[in-house]
Amino acid sequence: MIINHPLLGPCDAQEFVYKGDFRLIDRPDGMAESAEAAFFDYLYLRENPAGAHRELWFHEQGDRSWLVVTRNTVTHEITNVELARDVARSMGRSR
Amino acid sequence: MRYSGFRVIKEALTGHKGWRPAWREPDPQPNYDIVIVGGGGHGLATAYYLAKEFRQHRIAVIEKGWIGGGNVGRNTTIIRSNYMLDGNEPFYEFSLKLWEGLEQDFNYNAMVSQRGILNLIHSDAQRDAFIRRGNAMILNGADAELLSRDQVRREYPFLNFNDARFPIQGGLAQRRGGTVRHDAVAWGYARGADQRGVDIIQNCEVTGFRIENGKCMGVETSRGFIGAGKVGVAVAGNSSRVMAMAGMRLPIESHVLQAFVTEGLKPVLPGVITFGAGHFYCSQSDKGGLVFGGDIDGYNSYAQRGNLPVIEDVAEGGMALFPGLGRVRLLRVWGGIMDMSMDGSPIIDRTDIDGLYFNGGWCYGGFKATPASGWCFAHLLATDQPHPTATAYRFDRFERGYLIDEKGMGAQPNLH
Ligand SMILES: Cc1cc2nc3c(=O)[nH]c(=O)nc-3n(C[C@H](O)[C@H](O)[C@H](O)COP(=O)(O)OP(=O)(O)OC[C@H]3O[C@@H](n4cnc5c(N)ncnc54)[C@H](O)[C@@H]3O)c2cc1C
Repeated sequence: MIINHPLLGPCDAQEFVYKGDFRLIDRPDGMAESAEAAFFDYLYLRENPAGAHRELWFHEQGDRSWLVVTRNTVTHEITNVELARDVARSMGRSR
Repeated sequence: MRYSGFRVIKEALTGHKGWRPAWREPDPQPNYDIVIVGGGGHGLATAYYLAKEFRQHRIAVIEKGWIGGGNVGRNTTIIRSNYMLDGNEPFYEFSLKLWEGLEQDFNYNAMVSQRGILNLIHSDAQRDAFIRRGNAMILNGADAELLSRDQVRREYPFLNFNDARFPIQGGLAQRRGGTVRHDAVAWGYARGADQRGVDIIQNCEVTGFRIENGKCMGVETSRGFIGAGKVGVAVAGNSSRVMAMAGMRLPIESHVLQAFVTEGLKPVLPGVITFGAGHFYCSQSDKGGLVFGGDIDGYNSYAQRGNLPVIEDVAEGGMALFPGLGRVRLLRVWGGIMDMSMDGSPIIDRTDIDGLYFNGGWCYGGFKATPASGWCFAHLLATDQPHPTATAYRFDRFERGYLIDEKGMGAQPNLH
């Protein structure tokens, strides 16, 4: 698979480490009342869809950026690649 | 019809005109006591033991394709009970004992071959870990044997003992481990279940559950609604998709695992070997092909085929351990979809929906579990109590912190 890195252009997926569902960006607040339930959900439960999946890849052998890759889990086709930082910002997580 | 040596001779002398199909092809009834979703090894074994051991009636197995077309027909056929943790080892040892009597039990030649499995050791730390695992196995009534480097050399002289980075220092052997003809397991269970009145309904996809007031009333299928007192789901790599139809999210990711077969060779490899320093394991089929595999590809996938980097990685592991492999040609490569759970161990449990039961999360190791998984799931479906060897396989173990994580990897399915 070739991942079209937004800054570096096409890179072999072998350069990356796979993390999983991009919702892992959305780490719950550990101080909240409901933290225990929220962390159970965050750590262990997954949508695991057959079809479009937004997922985190880490460019370990490259510029060490985290990417959010939209990939079809049935065909392995990659349709979109974003910097995880931008996605996190759009979710209101990073200032 | 019972199969026997006598029967084979009789048919040979009469032109093989007496053989009958091994199971019927019934149309679905409007209602069953128990419906099993998924005609893989686990679903068929569940139906077989439900009918045979738990005396249940009016059972159906519903399969979207043909039985045995999923992972039960795609795996590398290794059976063993060399686990370490309390939640796992008694269960896998129960399974190995069932394998030992299986062919007599269901009157079918599944080619169970206890040729032994050898996990190779390449460092002092690994030897310590394997000794500990061997002791845990023995404590649970399984067999384990620590081999020195010279003992390994006597049995497998062609391995690369002097690899510069990972020299072989010994091995942990389980002599009762081995291989089984995978499709024959599905066929044997299907035939045995069918003979006891189980309806095996192929080409029938479950498309939804009918749930009323928190109770599962049956399944919607591509051939109409089928009512059921209880529904048991055993769909392996499709677990998340199927349970999503009941509104559940699972602690499971689906990943692809590849398998490889070479051209046929004369007997070279007496047992199953596993490389302890890279991910490569290998056995020789009765047809002569070397059957081997390695790591999962590592990303979520439902594609039933993998990518080239893993093929290269597996080949490198093979060459490091078994240099003679380099002259052999690869014939076939394929993939299957693993239900990778968050701690690498399975789930056999009730759900919060009355009458709906789940069996899954088998990762890349569910073939060896087939008999015990079927037995324990049948036990749960018939009695509403977990089987004594499967009490740890609960849904709520993640929430309660009782993970069964053999490799200590944490909630990262592609590392288990
Ligand atoms: C390459 C590879 C190598 C492996 N090697 C080993 C090994 O050496 N040792 C070992 O112990 N394990 C091994 N495994 C793992 C093992 O094969 C699986 O864990 C096990 O087979 C899963 O259980 P099953 O047989 O019931 O699954 P399957 O055979 O996949 O059965 C599930 C069935 O459910 C059906 N289904 C899915 N959705 C629906 C629906 N909506 N409606 C109706 N039916 C549906 C599918 O069509 C399928 O037939 C390997 C797997 C692979 C892919």
